[in-house]
Amino acid sequence: MEAPLTSDIQPGLSLDLRAYEALGGYQALRKALQQMAPQEVTALIKESNLRGRGGAGFSTGMKWSFVPMNVKGPKYLVANADEMEPGTFKDRWLLEGNPHQLIEGMILTAYAIQATTSFVFLRWAYKEAAQVIRKALSEAYAAGYLGNNILGKDFSLEMHLHTGVGRYMCGEETALLNSLEGKRAVPRAKPPFPQISGLFGHPTIVNNVETLCFIPHIVNKGAAWFQSLSRTGDGGTKIYGVSGRVNKPGAWELPMGVTMRELLEDYAGGMQNGYRFRGALPGGASTDFLTADHLDTPMDFTAVAAAGSRLGTGTMVVLDDQTCPVGFVHNLEHFFAQESCGFCTPCREGLPWTEKILYALEQGHGTEEDLVQLEMHTHLLGPGNTFCALAPGAMEPLQSALKYFREDFEQHVHEKKCPYGNHTH
Amino acid sequence: MLTQTEISKIEHELQQVPVKKAAVIEALKIVQQQRRWVSDENVEDIAALLGMSADEVDSVATFYNLIFRQPVGRHVILVCDSISCWVMGYENIRKTLMELLQIKYGQTTPDGRFTLLPNACLGTCDHAPALMIDEDLYRDLNGKNIGEILDKYE
Repeated sequence: MEAPLTSDIQPGLSLDLRAYEALGGYQALRKALQQMAPQEVTALIKESNLRGRGGAGFSTGMKWSFVPMNVKGPKYLVANADEMEPGTFKDRWLLEGNPHQLIEGMILTAYAIQATTSFVFLRWAYKEAAQVIRKALSEAYAAGYLGNNILGKDFSLEMHLHTGVGRYMCGEETALLNSLEGKRAVPRAKPPFPQISGLFGHPTIVNNVETLCFIPHIVNKGAAWFQSLSRTGDGGTKIYGVSGRVNKPGAWELPMGVTMRELLEDYAGGMQNGYRFRGALPGGASTDFLTADHLDTPMDFTAVAAAGSRLGTGTMVVLDDQTCPVGFVHNLEHFFAQESCGFCTPCREGLPWTEKILYALEQGHGTEEDLVQLEMHTHLLGPGNTFCALAPGAMEPLQSALKYFREDFEQHVHEKKCPYGNHTH
Repeated sequence: MLTQTEISKIEHELQQVPVKKAAVIEALKIVQQQRRWVSDENVEDIAALLGMSADEVDSVATFYNLIFRQPVGRHVILVCDSISCWVMGYENIRKTLMELLQIKYGQTTPDGRFTLLPNACLGTCDHAPALMIDEDLYRDLNGKNIGEILDKYE
């Protein structure tokens, strides 16, 4: 089973430039600069059907193709390494283990869109990754992979590391651009999309780390190879993860479309002794719960959507039978209420309200009317009613918890306490 | 007053950006690195250097949770309170820390050694529960090993 992104990564080690080159690193860059026009790189990525691994799953090649190629002035590329979706720990692996894979992917992407300046937007918490990337950038500059006239060709690229200062909102691409401009990380109105008017008003592509790491491999081996890695129509491998009360929590690069059951049982080693599976968020905090009935769902963009959720980041958080679903969702809504940027009213006002209601339920003060209020919020804060995707994302676990774990909510109301004896902060 | 070191570091950042304002987050980081936190006076000095109003600088400074606008201790403990850590026993970690340090979230120990803060997901959910002290990440925590960890910090 091929695992192109991670098979070269050794636990606790980071591949330096020499090691990366010895494994065939920067050959894709040579190939593209010598044999391919920028548009051909974009066409290849489009043909591969690579879909963004940050959560939204938009076609990467399509995204690039919206960049106007004949405009004057700078264009920018940003690697979104602000991994902050609760339950998600996949990009950390790629950043710490193989920084040059990301850098090569970024140079190829910049070449495709003819960007001259690029940034790695890294979250503050990834201290080790910051060190590793700083070293890798200086190696890449020294070797002539970055800077002026890369490999003697008529293409130049600067690459900078930007470390953030917190806030989940920075992961939203337009808020990220505001943050890079030194502003508060509030989202921007779309359109115009960043591909047309992004950083400092210039065409900009923002791609997730995992997405960018695939680019050298697709350039080397082609679109058909990439498709063949997958079990389904959504091409490639995917880094999946499992956390919660399982025997072996972790992350694995597997063919796109492995089932939830395989992840849970074959890779995560099943539930811990004494715990039973009740449900899981398939792709981070802002995805709808799936339950035991969905365990045979292939984990790709299409099938998870058909089951009523989203693949998201592909990193699953498990709810066991001894953890209170109301407390679980309270924890999530606490996070979302705290991380709301406060820019639009439904999100700023509605999220703290849901958090308070869930807290009241946990404390035994909840009423039937509260359940109606919660239900109402899932519509009021749903898609189309807020400025960005934060609040609709926050409503996904809530609406599905109300659907699948209704009896638990009712029990909190009727027994006037949390039947699990869990506490919330 | 900002030190000469701070000013020259900020001026270096100013050369990297197309407009002065774009360097404000870097400027705040530079000041915090020297002083552990950013005071009202520092905000005004940064504003003067970048041609912004103090309020404008503060609107950025107060937006980001890792720019500290109040004094903090010699070491800052950031406890992950997000979902995977919560499922895996965060409550116990929080309780143990508060008992050992005799402070609540947002407070600093009287000897100025530790400030205790909750923090969103640290991205190490397969080793939950987790926390960070300054630049150091601690994972797979249980109530028992926390005392030992704190002992490493003077």
